[in-house]
Amino acid sequence: MEFLKISKAQFQLSVGRMIDENFVYGVKAKSPSYEFDRLFTADELCLNYNITLLSPNKYFLPPRTPLMGFKLDGKISVDSMVGAQPGIIIGIHPYDLHALKLLDAVFLGNLKDAYYQARRQVIAIIGIDCLQPWQYSFAASMGTAFPPAGFDLWLTDTGDKYLIEVGSEKGEELCRKYLDASEAGEIEVKQREKLREESLSRYKLSLDISPQLIPEVLNSGWNSSMWEELGEKCFSCGSCTMVCPTCVCFDVRDTTELNRLSGERYRIWDSCMFDAFATIASGENFRPTGTDRLRHRLYRKGKYMLQRWGRLGCVGCGRCIHACLVDIASPVYAYNRLAREARTG
Amino acid sequence: MINKSNSESLYFPRPTKLIDVTALSEREILFRLRLEDGNALYHIPGQFVEVSILGTGEAPISIASSPTQGDAFELAIRAVGNVTQALHRLQPGDTIGIRGPFGNGFPVSELKDRDLLFIAGGIGFFPLRSMIQYVLDMRPLFGKIILLYGCRQPAEQLFHQELKEWRERDDVLIMDTVDRCPPETEWEGNVGVITTLFPGINILPARTTALVAGPPVMYRYVVAECLKKGIAKERIILSLERRMKCGIGLCGHCQIDNAYVCLDGPVFNYAKLEQLKEVEL
Repeated sequence: MEFLKISKAQFQLSVGRMIDENFVYGVKAKSPSYEFDRLFTADELCLNYNITLLSPNKYFLPPRTPLMGFKLDGKISVDSMVGAQPGIIIGIHPYDLHALKLLDAVFLGNLKDAYYQARRQVIAIIGIDCLQPWQYSFAASMGTAFPPAGFDLWLTDTGDKYLIEVGSEKGEELCRKYLDASEAGEIEVKQREKLREESLSRYKLSLDISPQLIPEVLNSGWNSSMWEELGEKCFSCGSCTMVCPTCVCFDVRDTTELNRLSGERYRIWDSCMFDAFATIASGENFRPTGTDRLRHRLYRKGKYMLQRWGRLGCVGCGRCIHACLVDIASPVYAYNRLAREARTG
Repeated sequence: MINKSNSESLYFPRPTKLIDVTALSEREILFRLRLEDGNALYHIPGQFVEVSILGTGEAPISIASSPTQGDAFELAIRAVGNVTQALHRLQPGDTIGIRGPFGNGFPVSELKDRDLLFIAGGIGFFPLRSMIQYVLDMRPLFGKIILLYGCRQPAEQLFHQELKEWRERDDVLIMDTVDRCPPETEWEGNVGVITTLFPGINILPARTTALVAGPPVMYRYVVAECLKKGIAKERIILSLERRMKCGIGLCGHCQIDNAYVCLDGPVFNYAKLEQLKEVEL
């Protein structure tokens, strides 16, 4: 493991050099929130943010991905749209990198999704520790407060400097090309440990059980009255899933030019919370109520994704808690309550 | 500086020619198709394909013919959505797109030497037809064959010619029924829902596997009758309809609990289905 350090002023100059030569995406203040967006100048980058509206996964699984173009003149002519613009993302928080690892398991598992793979291969990741979590986060109790392997560079804000952990060859190359960083020693690494340790006490929400036990409490909680209680308030608006960094479901649709000569097939984010998500052509809806859909979402996050792809579908970012208009989307509330109900019978 | 990946997209349909279009009724058409690259589809009875009309979209359709019938394959399609309505406007010689085959299909090797009880409700006949054709083409490999075929009314019974040919064979028993028979309609068979055929069948439960496809509402009652006859839960095999949009286990639309119908189904045995909480049978 290689550690470097760089002053914040120097880092900003480095970001400017990256922007000169690359597509660089970073966190920008977008009142009242923050959002990942293309950077045009280094001073737009805001690394002391608490949460972004959407996770940076939108660069790997965009809300709308063209799958193919075609002509309608009787013959199928399918043009490949697989490809990606190389770039650098700056400012990914640990929980969002955990979520990206789940996307890797989904889209680079048995079947390789060429669209996802192309983006994943050419977009570098520079992350940063989340030392000041927002009030909705419960990442500490989900085990996602610190980054997993898989970043190129990782920053820790140590005051007037950033400590940098180099995570890959691509990261090394970025350092060589753009960063005037000096070697960091044991003191700085110890300091990072202390900062991380201290950040854990700042989380306001926490899961009362080990995350590994979530599937177990779900196993006993299918018939809990909680589902009806929460589900009957649901607007089926899908906000909880749109902001979720591990939501991967999509619809496949066609669109044509107005002249009806050519068109495009694309996939677009969809939501299991929408009322028609499980409806078949004959009109039968296999998840007809808000209760059915809310329960499915929380089982998927807490059990099914773990079974199928080896990782929990909740990283504790808290975005869904904040996004829900009627305060029913919280996974930490649901899992804690089911755990309590399981204990008390 | 766009990075082009060479790996083929899982979403690209294969050009497929309509070689025959036969109306089955006012609402259903039988399409005979052949892949333009000359290959067979290499499917297993009970699998499905994504049918693609560029500019309109894709729809999951079960394959209605057996791979033993040659390189061409058949899809029987009721016009209910945008894609299937667009399909109904096509002519022989037109080209559509096909992805697949997808899904597990019927457990063909497990069914060898078994007595088979096919139970088809309405257009549930379409996916079962692929297996029935297979069984009849490979007849010595299987035991006794019974087909129960129920429709709402006589006009909805399809594939008359084929049924007639099967009826003439002495190695398969066909029993059909309609829920109701409007006055002045010609009908010689049973009248009543499909479960009313059960008392009339003679099976050896230990030797018998039931294969079921029909409207969702039918399953509960048919499974109950099969269990009453003494057929083991593992030997009651059902083909489910869900909204498979991608066919490759990604889009999420066809999920039942943790099962992806497009990968783990569409064929499930009842012992497995019973464990899925979202299935109420």
